[in-house]
Amino acid sequence: MITGTPKPIEEILEMVEPYDNIIVAGCFGCVTVCRVGGDKEVQVLSSTLRLAREAAGKKIEIREVCLERQCDPEYLEPMRPYIEDYQAVLSIACGAGIQFMAEKFTKTPLLPGINTGFLGVTERQGEWTERCQGCGDCVLHLTGGICPVTRCAKSIFHGPCGGSVQGICEVDKEVKCGWQLIIDRLVSLEQMENYGKLKPYKGWDTSRDGGPRRIIREDMV
Amino acid sequence: MKAGSNLERVLEAGHFAVTAECGPPRGADADKVLKKAELVKGNVDACNVTDNQTSVVRMSSVAGCMLVQQSGTEPLLQMVVRDRNRIALQSDLLGASALGVRNLLCLSGDHQKFGDDPQAKNVFDIDSIQLIHMVKTMRDEGVFPSGDKLDGAPKFYIGCAINPFADPFEIRVPRFKLKIEAGADFVQTQCIYNMDKFKRFMEDARKEGLHERTKILAGVTPLKSAGMAKFMNRMVAGIEIPEEFIKRIADEPKEKQAAKGIEMCIEQIQEIKEMEGIAGVHVMAIEWEEKLNEIIGGAGLLPRPMVEQ
Ligand code: SF4
Ligand code: SF4
Repeated sequence: MITGTPKPIEEILEMVEPYDNIIVAGCFGCVTVCRVGGDKEVQVLSSTLRLAREAAGKKIEIREVCLERQCDPEYLEPMRPYIEDYQAVLSIACGAGIQFMAEKFTKTPLLPGINTGFLGVTERQGEWTERCQGCGDCVLHLTGGICPVTRCAKSIFHGPCGGSVQGICEVDKEVKCGWQLIIDRLVSLEQMENYGKLKPYKGWDTSRDGGPRRIIREDMV
Repeated sequence: MKAGSNLERVLEAGHFAVTAECGPPRGADADKVLKKAELVKGNVDACNVTDNQTSVVRMSSVAGCMLVQQSGTEPLLQMVVRDRNRIALQSDLLGASALGVRNLLCLSGDHQKFGDDPQAKNVFDIDSIQLIHMVKTMRDEGVFPSGDKLDGAPKFYIGCAINPFADPFEIRVPRFKLKIEAGADFVQTQCIYNMDKFKRFMEDARKEGLHERTKILAGVTPLKSAGMAKFMNRMVAGIEIPEEFIKRIADEPKEKQAAKGIEMCIEQIQEIKEMEGIAGVHVMAIEWEEKLNEIIGGAGLLPRPMVEQ
């Protein structure tokens, strides 16, 4: 899923400062699962903003909504009839959802209420970790199902680097060396021959570095 | 000859080679490099110039190489893949070769987190092993990795670093082998203190015949004090100094510890010289270049041989 963290309330208050009439919009997708942008968070954030603004003597009207998904046009359309009644939308969906709403409703300023994080998994309640950077050319079959792009702090293809010590990455004592994990896994799968091969230079053109990406499925359009 | 550098000629002639290193200054003062180079001169076959080591910003290693070369020592250019994508790597390699640099050490580079600018964006477009492959392709085939023909191929004697004590254990020899397969002509090892462990590593390397496919220069760093030994043990990733080694220095009174460190470094070099498959020594006297002459001379490695072009 796409993960994220709430923006500090001070930052949000600063963003909404010019407005007295806004929508706070959540999303029932990933951000609900990682508990940062679902309907509960919409309620909590809206109440906090109302209270803070009341205390500051500058009341704010808030309409609370939570869309099925902010990244699909069909779920955005129902907002069209009323969106222009509000001065701005504070969205707590991921960066993609926020942008898509901004594109569809061009006259309304969009404010991000969360910091979108990464493609990750739930380790346990309250802890998420990154697994994939969407590089567009997956190599997991060669690396024991562990991603060198994401799990190695240097995204190298022939690790580990000299900074790997007893399974820990040089960047942080809390971070496991991705290449140690890859090797452990290759050993247990008896696939160490994959390690011994020189890998071609990674083509980053299928990644972010090729510019904004597009997928067209001819069978679906 | 692959590049015809002095280091290559010395090694190919079968001499026991000596290299050292010079870290460029944190500023634009050329004299700082020239002073260090003066201390290195005559003691080595080539001198490494480090590339923004530990991600701390310093004068560029290419510029440092030019200054070392000016002062009469053959430079060995260190290049990390942390700060340059493949376009910049190729371009800097062509430039360095045009300026006469003939030795290259391909490295990953420490994560930017450790340096001045932890918020910098890192590059790691290709990794250090792929860099070896890239330079070799350019040198031997006269083409860019893209396949286009070069207007003059760069000439580098290609090196890499290895850590004989690295984790995980099962990878030390296979990763070394990968580097050779990518095209490494020589390697410089991480500094060695645990001789027994290093000997075991060399046994494994010899079993695979790796010492015959590449020139292995063993790394040593003289210890200035017991305090430095303990600090390195604790703080530097991949360095392991055995207790009894530290004890020998710690047993000396403070004012004699530096001399003991040098004596032990000389002993180490002499032991390394006798090991099968070792072609030279890389003396990393960190900010202690003034002792290079004493160490290298003490190990009986002076004067350095002259090998005709
Ligand atoms: S290789 Fe690419 S697509 Fe596959 S998990 Fe890693 S980043 Fe994601
Ligand atoms: S220690 Fe491991 S995970 Fe960290 S940068 Fe090096 S190889 Fe990558």
